[in-house]
Amino acid sequence: MTPFRRALRPTALIATLAAPLILGGCDLVVMNPSGDVARQQADLILWSVFLMLLIIVPVMILTVVFAIKYRASNTESEYAPDWDHSTRIELVIWSAPLLIIIALGALTWLTTHQLDPYRPLDRIAPGKPIPAGQEPLEIQVVSLDWKWLFIYPEQGVATVNELVLPADRQVRFRLTSSSVMNTFYVPALAGMIYTMPGMETKLHAVMNRVGTFEGVSANYSGAGFSDMRFPTLSVDAAGFDQWVAKTKAAGGALDATQYLTLEKPSEKVPAMHFGTVQAGLFDRIVQMCVKPGTACGHGMMHHGAGAQEVAPAVNNRPGEGADGALMKSPDEMKTSPHLTHPHGAPAGHSEPGADSNRNMTRMDAPAYPGRAAAGEA
Amino acid sequence: MSDTLIKMIFGRLSIESLPIHEPIVVATFAGVALGGVALLSALTYFRLWGYLWKEWFTTVDHKRIGIMYMVLGLVMLLRGFADAIMMRLQQSMAFGANEGYLNAHHYDQIFTAHGVIMIFFVAMPFVTGLMNFVVPLQIGARDVSFPFLNNFSFWMTAAGAALVMASLFIGEFARTGWLAMAPLSGLDYSPDVGVDYYIWALQIAGVGTLLSGVNLVATIVKMRAPGMGLMKMPIFTWTALATNILIVAAFPVLTAVLAMLSLDRYVGTHFFTNTAGGNPMMYVNMIWIWGHPEVYILILPAFGIFSEVTSTFSGKRLFGYTSMVYAVLVITILSYLVWLHHFFTMGSGASVNSFFGITTMIISIPTGAKIFNWLFTMYKGRIRFELPMMWTIAFMLTFVIGGMTGVMLAVPPADFVLHNSLFLVAHFHNVIIGGVLFGLFAGINYWWPKAFGFKLDKKWGLVSFWCWVVGFWVAFTPLYVLGLMGVTRRLRHFEDPSLQIWFVIAAIGAAIIAVGIAAFLLQIFVSIRNREALRDDSGDPWNARTLEWATSSPPPAYNFAFSPVIHDLDAWYDMKARGAKRPLTGYLPIHMPKNTGAGVILAGFSLVVGFAMIWYIWWLAAAAFLGLLVTAIAHTFNYDRDFYISAEEVTETENARTAVLARHGA
Amino acid sequence: MSATTVPTGDIPVFYQLEEEHHEPGGSTLLGFWMYLMSDCLIFAMLFAAWGVYGTSYAGGPTSRELFELPLVAVNTAMLLFSSITYGFAMIAMQEQRKGAVQAWLLLTALFGAAFLGIELYEFSNLIHEGAGPWRSAFLSSFFTLVGTHGLHVTFGLIWLFTLMVQIGRKGLIPANVRRLQCLSLFWHFLDVIWIGVFTFVYLFGAMR
Repeated sequence: MTPFRRALRPTALIATLAAPLILGGCDLVVMNPSGDVARQQADLILWSVFLMLLIIVPVMILTVVFAIKYRASNTESEYAPDWDHSTRIELVIWSAPLLIIIALGALTWLTTHQLDPYRPLDRIAPGKPIPAGQEPLEIQVVSLDWKWLFIYPEQGVATVNELVLPADRQVRFRLTSSSVMNTFYVPALAGMIYTMPGMETKLHAVMNRVGTFEGVSANYSGAGFSDMRFPTLSVDAAGFDQWVAKTKAAGGALDATQYLTLEKPSEKVPAMHFGTVQAGLFDRIVQMCVKPGTACGHGMMHHGAGAQEVAPAVNNRPGEGADGALMKSPDEMKTSPHLTHPHGAPAGHSEPGADSNRNMTRMDAPAYPGRAAAGEA
Repeated sequence: MSDTLIKMIFGRLSIESLPIHEPIVVATFAGVALGGVALLSALTYFRLWGYLWKEWFTTVDHKRIGIMYMVLGLVMLLRGFADAIMMRLQQSMAFGANEGYLNAHHYDQIFTAHGVIMIFFVAMPFVTGLMNFVVPLQIGARDVSFPFLNNFSFWMTAAGAALVMASLFIGEFARTGWLAMAPLSGLDYSPDVGVDYYIWALQIAGVGTLLSGVNLVATIVKMRAPGMGLMKMPIFTWTALATNILIVAAFPVLTAVLAMLSLDRYVGTHFFTNTAGGNPMMYVNMIWIWGHPEVYILILPAFGIFSEVTSTFSGKRLFGYTSMVYAVLVITILSYLVWLHHFFTMGSGASVNSFFGITTMIISIPTGAKIFNWLFTMYKGRIRFELPMMWTIAFMLTFVIGGMTGVMLAVPPADFVLHNSLFLVAHFHNVIIGGVLFGLFAGINYWWPKAFGFKLDKKWGLVSFWCWVVGFWVAFTPLYVLGLMGVTRRLRHFEDPSLQIWFVIAAIGAAIIAVGIAAFLLQIFVSIRNREALRDDSGDPWNARTLEWATSSPPPAYNFAFSPVIHDLDAWYDMKARGAKRPLTGYLPIHMPKNTGAGVILAGFSLVVGFAMIWYIWWLAAAAFLGLLVTAIAHTFNYDRDFYISAEEVTETENARTAVLARHGA
Repeated sequence: MSATTVPTGDIPVFYQLEEEHHEPGGSTLLGFWMYLMSDCLIFAMLFAAWGVYGTSYAGGPTSRELFELPLVAVNTAMLLFSSITYGFAMIAMQEQRKGAVQAWLLLTALFGAAFLGIELYEFSNLIHEGAGPWRSAFLSSFFTLVGTHGLHVTFGLIWLFTLMVQIGRKGLIPANVRRLQCLSLFWHFLDVIWIGVFTFVYLFGAMR
């Protein structure tokens, strides 16, 4: 694959140099990322654009030329009102796009397999293979309403709304969600991947530069979605160890109880740190059995002994019982106020459990200590 | 009265459901109410109710139903565009400490409503309206196969639209995005009426869409004029056939998936819930199995319009008709094999992702071939730059960019960074505005004289054209750029102030488009005022080629006094070239369907069922459903559904036309 | 018409001066077929859902525990018989024997009602045992698929009774014959769907 990659690089270089010039120096992070995976994805974008311009440019030029040349007022040009077929032209207009798509299709097949987010990386940068014996760093990501939880199982620490990565080291993200779908996206690092409740997705990536980057949720998930941002700090290996030590020293424990509080809807939550994390918490989150007393999915038996054992579906936990609207007695029925009717003041992160948080409509940005620092980054 | 009793009577509807706390909505409501009252009293004062009811609401004439669809689409366009402007305004001001003027609760409804309205209640009615109006004329038929169903379909679509509009003033609309993805749209995370409005509006309108699809397929298959073999069908009719086949084969999927979502919400089943074995991924897959064909349902008729327009205004036969037809069919079939490209980022295996990526790219081959066909239709032609042709050329230049960005998004690893970004938003607006909407404007300018007997004003048409084209690029180029800057969609508020300039430019673009819409309305107004000057007596103002231009403008209720016989693909061009003479005597009585009010009543009951279900007013839902059933059964007892237009009446109409033509020719 | 130029040779017929006799409702059967195919797609989606959720018991009862094949066999027989009797009604219709048509339709309705009765009995039993559609995704998809079929049979019955009244009033006029043909398609279609339900839901489910 390396010759192929080498071929990619010069064009990428030219284009990345040219693009900011054309666009007045704005920061096209997608085209000029800091991680090797995103770098390759940007190259791929350029390649596909190049392949398609081969046909788009002639079409656009021909459109304009024909429109001018064959305008009604130009009686000089040839007029063939009954000419409507030419095998040769038909052959060209079907085969030209076909050839381009064959080329692009081949490129797609190769790169899709190569850049499959589930596939461990085989290099940390062009020409830089993964050092022998270096295991990827595992980070477990949980999207909550409406903030991000990052668990570092080896280090035994966790953060909320702040992702810290060692540069030049492969990271394996395992991702899930607590309630609804979100998308984990750090544009400078790699492509996005959905986080889904009761399911686990994976993403392999590496950051090649040190610095602070932006991470977001890219999939709408409700009222507080817009502020599901997290600064992504890329630090060197020593800096990472220091950070872990500092976080551990600062204390704070993330256990099931703490998680259940955290899980409740809240928005604009400032960065939080936990010095210890309950072991296996992530797996319980994936199986949606954090709440004490809920059985975790995989070991669960179907009742009826002798029933042939079948692989449980991704999400096979007992439900909460009937709650459909038709089953509700009139007393249980809440009214559905218009959006602007006061829903009760949303309590936000100060009272995550409050029901009104689902309908957060607050427009004032509350000031948090430390918020400005994160914002500046 | 006890609280329980009140809730049994009114469900969850209460005085709090009205927007009495929101000055903007109250003002809007007051405006709408005043306007409505003014309109209603004007109708009453001028005694137009009887006319409207007899001639329009209960009509089974495909031409009038087509026009009503267009009016519905236009009204909803204004609503959908108001949403767009509000979003652009919010995004151009909400930076840093400034939270903008819309809170999340409001903003999230707006982007949902914008998407739902623009696709289901603007693009669909426009497309269906044009097909309804044009197809029977183009195939030389007197009406569609099932004229009553046609009327019913329209009113169901209108009832769906009415529910969406009602959500503005009573309760709220969904806050989920236009596809109401589960589990967010489930009862656990969206307990309010919003998603219920969404479900019932789409289900009710969906019945209309499906039936109108069945109707038009049957019409095209069964009712073509003698001599019109499949390969002599005008290309717009071909695209209409493909589109309606897609409708028949795609909308049941939407019906099924929304039905399952509503069971989750109403009965407490576990299709798409997080617990008890439910699987939200199933929803995503199923909704896109409908959703992707839907895109082609919209774009194929636009392709048909461009084909007709290019051929007419180049004064040439369409280049590569046969390959055009096969391209349409290939697109129709392939549109079912690409749905997964909407969620490459869900973590499917690389082979699955590549498969769907490559099938998606393959669609660009027939699409590319079509663009070349239009190019070579222009080649060696005599191009007249009337408005429809200008829209077509703007389309060709705009759409290829949308096609290019579409293929970029079809490459899975590239999609990983572009998915859900503003780049994606720019892409689909590029194909839907640059493709569907430009096509609709071309079609409206092209067929307006057929519908009303006078052309649309060119000056205001040009203003509208340039504002739309320029406005589109000003509004969406910044979104492409922002997408490459890693900015994603549906955000209400931003931190990075350096992004603001791009959003401001996009807002300016939206404002330019607003001028374009205003100019379009003005174009219609001015044209109606100057209709005598713009009058076309020939019935064929563009020197066109297909059958709809063979009859008068507007056509008589029966379309053609004598069924035309087809010898050539460009049937009307052929008739003109070989001097076909319109028969002037020997008229016969013509068998036609009778108007009926059953469609309005059935759709009215459906509307009430929907509204009652949304608000949990069970007794009303049951009563209205019973009414629906009884009306439907009663309607089947009416065997007296047709009548004859007498030979005298036909003679009179046709003689008048002969006189007009003689004056025109002289 | 300005473009009328050079009429070359013999001018073919461009207008049909005699009205062709159009069978009223000539496209009805085609249209109804298309409706059935779209309905078939709804069932296809529900079958797909069953395929996905068929084993998502969520710790609740399984299909093997719940399904009573003898009852379902009787149920299936009811529906199959109703299809046969409808077939006889169609034969009688072709022979223009109004009374026989009505009798066969009535028999069809009785079988259909028996089918529905057994299905409702089965449903109420399941719900009574705590295996309602809200118990697990498996039961959700089971109730929805089978229930949608049952709902179709219910509307088929309403249609059938309506048609019997109409035949009683107007006799076997072309419009009623057309309706009988459509209902025939509908009724047999439901039969075909039920064979799918019986095989994929009950038989395979009971074997799991």
